[in-house]
Amino acid sequence: MERSLMKGNEALAEAAIRCGCKCFFGYPITPQTELSAYMAKRMEKSGGVFLQAESEIAAINMVLGAASTGVRAMTSSSSPGVSLKAEGISYMAGSDLPAVIINVQRGGPGLGSIQPAQSDYFQATKAMGHGDFHIIVYAPCSVQEMVDTVTLAFDKADEYRTPVMILADGLLGQMMEPVTFPEPKTELPDKSDWAACGHKNKREHHIINSLFLDAPLLEAKVLERFERYKAIEENETDAELYMCEGAELVITAYGASARVAKSAVTKARSEGIKAGLFRPKTLWPFPVKELAEATKDAKHILDVEMSMGQMIYDVKLATECRIPTTFFGRTGGVIPTPAEVYDEIKKLTGGAQ
Amino acid sequence: MAVVFDRPKSLLDVSTHFCPGCGHGIVHRLVCEVLDEMGVIGDTIGVVPVGCSVMSYNYFGCDVIEAPHGRAPAVATGAKRVNPDKIVFTYQGDGDLAAIGTAETVHVGTRGENIVIIFINNTTYGMTGGQMAPTTLPGQVTQTTPFGRNTDTAGFPIRICEMLSTLSGVALAQRVAIDSVPHIREAKKAIRKAFDNQVAKRGLSIVEVLSTCPTNWGLSPDKSMDFVRKQMIPYYPLGIYKDKAAEEEAAK
Amino acid sequence: MEKMQVRFERCKGCGLCVTVCPKKLVAIQKEKRNEKGYFTAICTDQDACISCMMCAMMCPDCAIKIEK
Repeated sequence: MERSLMKGNEALAEAAIRCGCKCFFGYPITPQTELSAYMAKRMEKSGGVFLQAESEIAAINMVLGAASTGVRAMTSSSSPGVSLKAEGISYMAGSDLPAVIINVQRGGPGLGSIQPAQSDYFQATKAMGHGDFHIIVYAPCSVQEMVDTVTLAFDKADEYRTPVMILADGLLGQMMEPVTFPEPKTELPDKSDWAACGHKNKREHHIINSLFLDAPLLEAKVLERFERYKAIEENETDAELYMCEGAELVITAYGASARVAKSAVTKARSEGIKAGLFRPKTLWPFPVKELAEATKDAKHILDVEMSMGQMIYDVKLATECRIPTTFFGRTGGVIPTPAEVYDEIKKLTGGAQ
Repeated sequence: MAVVFDRPKSLLDVSTHFCPGCGHGIVHRLVCEVLDEMGVIGDTIGVVPVGCSVMSYNYFGCDVIEAPHGRAPAVATGAKRVNPDKIVFTYQGDGDLAAIGTAETVHVGTRGENIVIIFINNTTYGMTGGQMAPTTLPGQVTQTTPFGRNTDTAGFPIRICEMLSTLSGVALAQRVAIDSVPHIREAKKAIRKAFDNQVAKRGLSIVEVLSTCPTNWGLSPDKSMDFVRKQMIPYYPLGIYKDKAAEEEAAK
Repeated sequence: MEKMQVRFERCKGCGLCVTVCPKKLVAIQKEKRNEKGYFTAICTDQDACISCMMCAMMCPDCAIKIEK
C-alpha cells in the first residue's frame, strides 16, 4: 500500500472517504479547516457529497439527516464549533443515529486560541449534550493512528448505532507524518431495517425520532441504550502501556500530551528512573482495567494534559484514589515540553534510586 | 353511489392531536393528497421539526425524520443530498422556520436545495401555549405580548415569501391560506407545483400557508378563519412571489 | 344512502363544515358525545346534499367521507 506524507487533518478526511463515508458537512474553523478543504477536493470525485454549511449547527443537522437515511456521514470542527453541535449530537444519540464527529481541539474557553489543547475532555466524555447519553470518544496520537481510528469509529458507530467522536487537537491536525491508508471499503452495513430512506410501499414507514412524551417509554428507550453502553464499556476500551512494567511512577496522558510524556518517560527510564506511560486510546469508555494493569506497581501517578486537568478525575475514579495522583499541565494552547514533564518526574521520584 | 372524497392513503388513519379547527389537519391532508396523486409516498422522506407538527411522524405515511427546532431544512438537505432521487419535504411552523431556523431557511434558498418546505404561518407558537412568533401581527396579543405586540420593542412580523423571493436558488415562493374552500383548492395547487418543482430539480419550493390557532388565539374555529381573512391576509398578501417554472414557460 | 358520512369518533366538533356547506345542511348534533367528549357534525338532510365536498375539504380531521 502506498505510503504518503500527510497532514493530520487531510489524513482524517482521506480515511473517511476510504471507509465509505458518503457525505461530509463542514464549516471553517482553525485549526481544522484543511479537513473541509480536502473534502471539497476529494469527496465529490469519489462519488460522495461535500457541503459547506451555513453554521456548525446546520452541519451537524445535515449529518443527522443523511445518517437517518442509512448513509455513513461525518462532520468536523474545533472546540467552539463542537459546542454548537451539542444539541444535534444529543438528538442523534436520542435517535440512535451512527455518525462520526471530529473535534480538532483548540485553546478555550470562548474564542480561546487556535493552538492545540485538550480542554474539551469533559465536554466529549461527560456532557456532550443534554440528557442521559454517551458517545464513544477516541483519542489518537499520530497521523497513522488517526487514519486507523476513523475506520474504527465508523464501524463502531454503525455497530452500536451511536455518534462517535474522534478527539484530536491542533497539533495532531496540523502536523505531517507518513501514513498508509486502508483499501477503500466497498460493502457497507445494511441499515434498511431502520433507515428512513423511502419505504417503496414495501414496509411500515420508519420514524427517526428522539421525542417520547410518554415518560416511561422514554425511560425504556434510555435503559435499552444504556445496555448498549454497558456492552461498549466491556468490549471497546483500548490503551497503550509504555514501559509500565515495574513502573513506580506512571504518567497518564492521551493524544499530543502523551507524545510529550513518552519522550520524558524514555529519558527518565534511560537514567534508571522507573517511570511508565499509560495512554488511553478510548476516552469513553475509559480503560479502567488497562489502567489497573499499568499502575499495579505504581506508587504515584502523574497526569499530564493540555488543560487544567480533566482526565485526572477519571484516573482517580478508575484507581478509586488509592494511588496518589498529581497533575501537570499547560493550557490556553500552550504545549508542555518533554523537559517540563521530565522535571515533574524528577520531583516526584527524587531522581534515580 | 361512488366515493368522491375520502382520506388520502398517504395520511395514516389515526386521529390527530391537533386542536379542534386547527389548520394543520387541513394542510396535512393536502400534502398527502398531492403525494397520493403523484404516487411518490414510497420514495418520500418527510422532516418534521419541533412545534405542533412534531408528532406528524404519526400522521404522514412516508418515512419521517424528527428534526431539532429550526433545523428541518438542514436535516432535509442532508437527507436529500445523499438521496437525490427521493422526494424530501419539511413541514414547519412559523416559530421553527422564521425565528430559530431563519438561517437554515435562508440558506436552503440560497443553495437552491431541491426540497419542498411547507410553512405554516399561524402567528404563534402553538405547542408551547401561544407565545409571540416572528409572524405575530402588530398589536396582536399573545402570551409574550400580553398588551399587544409593540413594534417599538418587539419589532415587525417577517414576510417570508417576499424575503425568500430575492434568493436566486428559490424556484417557488407562494403564500396561500386555508380560510375558505377556494383558498384550500389554491393551496393544494401550490403544494402540487412545489413537489413538481422538486421532481424537475428546479430548486427550493416554499409554500407559506396562512393557518389558524383557535386555542391560543382564544377564538372559535370559525372566528379564527375570520382572523386569517381580515387580519392576516391584509398583512400577508396571498400570491406567488417567485415562480421559476412560470418564468421558464414565459421565456419559451 | 348517505352522501355525507361523518366518522363519529374522528370529529372534534369544530363546526367548520357547518360554516361552508352551501346548502346549510350540516349541524352539530347535541345528543351524543363521542369518545373524546365532542358533539359531532351531522348532515341534517342527506337527500338535499349535493355531494359538493366542501365540508370534507374544510374538515381538519378527515372525518367526512362523501359519496355521489
